[in-house]
Amino acid sequence: MAMIESVEALAARVPDGALVAISKEPFVPMALARALIARQARDLHVVTVPVGRLAVDALIGAGCVATVETSGVSLSEYGQAPFFSAAVKEGRVRVKDATCPAVYAAMQAGEKGAPFIPIRGVIGSDLLKHRPDWKVIQNPFEADEDPIVLLPAIQPDVAVLHVAEADRFGNLWVGGLHHLKTIAHAAKRTVATAERIVEGNLAADPAKAPNLVSDLYVEAVAEAPGGAWPMDAPGFYGIDDAAMRAYAATARSASRGEGGEGWLDVITPAQAKAAQ
Amino acid sequence: MSAEAFGDVRREELLIHVICGLLDGCRHVAVGTMSPIPGSGALLAREKRGMRVTVLGSDLPEHRSDGGMELFDMAGQGRMDAFFLSGGQIDGQANINLHGAGAYPNMKVRWSGAFGSAYLYFEVPRVILFREEHSPRVFVEQVDFISAPGVSPPGVRRRGGPHALVTELCLMMFDRERARFSLASLHPGVTLEEVRDRTGFDFDAPEEPPTTGLPDAETLALIRGPVAHKIAEAYPEFGRAVFGVEAAA
Repeated sequence: MAMIESVEALAARVPDGALVAISKEPFVPMALARALIARQARDLHVVTVPVGRLAVDALIGAGCVATVETSGVSLSEYGQAPFFSAAVKEGRVRVKDATCPAVYAAMQAGEKGAPFIPIRGVIGSDLLKHRPDWKVIQNPFEADEDPIVLLPAIQPDVAVLHVAEADRFGNLWVGGLHHLKTIAHAAKRTVATAERIVEGNLAADPAKAPNLVSDLYVEAVAEAPGGAWPMDAPGFYGIDDAAMRAYAATARSASRGEGGEGWLDVITPAQAKAAQ
Repeated sequence: MSAEAFGDVRREELLIHVICGLLDGCRHVAVGTMSPIPGSGALLAREKRGMRVTVLGSDLPEHRSDGGMELFDMAGQGRMDAFFLSGGQIDGQANINLHGAGAYPNMKVRWSGAFGSAYLYFEVPRVILFREEHSPRVFVEQVDFISAPGVSPPGVRRRGGPHALVTELCLMMFDRERARFSLASLHPGVTLEEVRDRTGFDFDAPEEPPTTGLPDAETLALIRGPVAHKIAEAYPEFGRAVFGVEAAA
């Protein structure tokens, strides 16, 4: 049975230095990212599944991140991720560059409790030169030459998720976002915010039961309506174009030391509302 | 060449038409994020020839997949015939660089990262490189970082790779055996000299390259009708700016 508590209490469950998994959009855990920034989390090793957007850039901007393991961090149509780009350029954040299916595959190895998993492709990419933990071996099932890359499993210390619905047992309904199940399965612990906490047991609903992160994996849940804002949560709200633009502009200035002090306010609901 | 039109054909419409022409015979075409023109090209091919198209970022039921992983698994099994990649730098061997300019890791300019390229470039038979900006800073002799290699040595299993390159100036085809691009057609009003001047790598070209054909009236009607409305669902701003259409609510 998961604990039902505040977003701040969830953030306190993510220790400094932890290997933290954060999913791509939609349902990016923005409320949790803000709470991690507020508690001044430090030295996080963030693994983006498989890419990072606003949450990861903001965590880097607030100095919470030591290492980012990622297939790419950007603000998508809002441009490059300013704090990520500046921090990598200046060597303030260590980056372990990956490619999307490699992150997924390594997470799948993690959920199986297997030590590694092979993946096609990648050979000849400069990624391999900078990932000594990725090994190339001869396919042992093939007599002819057939080099293939092995990836070590990823087992995050904590998965940090935002979902549409949770129940009081800790079941999380993820809809079609099945990679959220893989992340939770692979992680040692999962904490999650939900747009709403419903009465009853989601596992008893035959339409929803196949798309649950089972409560077995979930340590604590907080209700956080708007928990992905200003990113999108389909079925609840779309991306907040004005807030994203405001972030892209202020974070860009701040990352260059040219003002932009309000970058966190424009993605903090109370301050953003007050500013309007 | 910027936003000007060819008669009543917009630049975007020409590029959509060119991309559609590269997708003959495909059963399943997938389009990644931030790709409204490739997405429109694929949707046009679907209107004309009925293939399956997956547009990432679209929430229409026909584009939904099983979270993020399934698309890569489809590619790994040969269930995806074409995909689109781009690059901050692309070189004459079709190596693409999505990581940044300068020496890795603390690059002078850091871009986003490889995304799925280091895998999809190997697994998708027909990868179309699309980059509107045709300039020597993009088309370099050698990329600063190989996010995904254009060709592989014998012995490395690879069912896919670069097929063509579409830019604001021209269409080039890629020969995997020779690891070289060759100019296939120049868009109307563009000269071979202009392409040479604005390309940092060497490529093959016929003495008198053909001109890229414009879409006919029927094709234009498809682009401005069903394609425009579908692409506006995933790219509302593109739909408004190029076609003046709003996404269906």
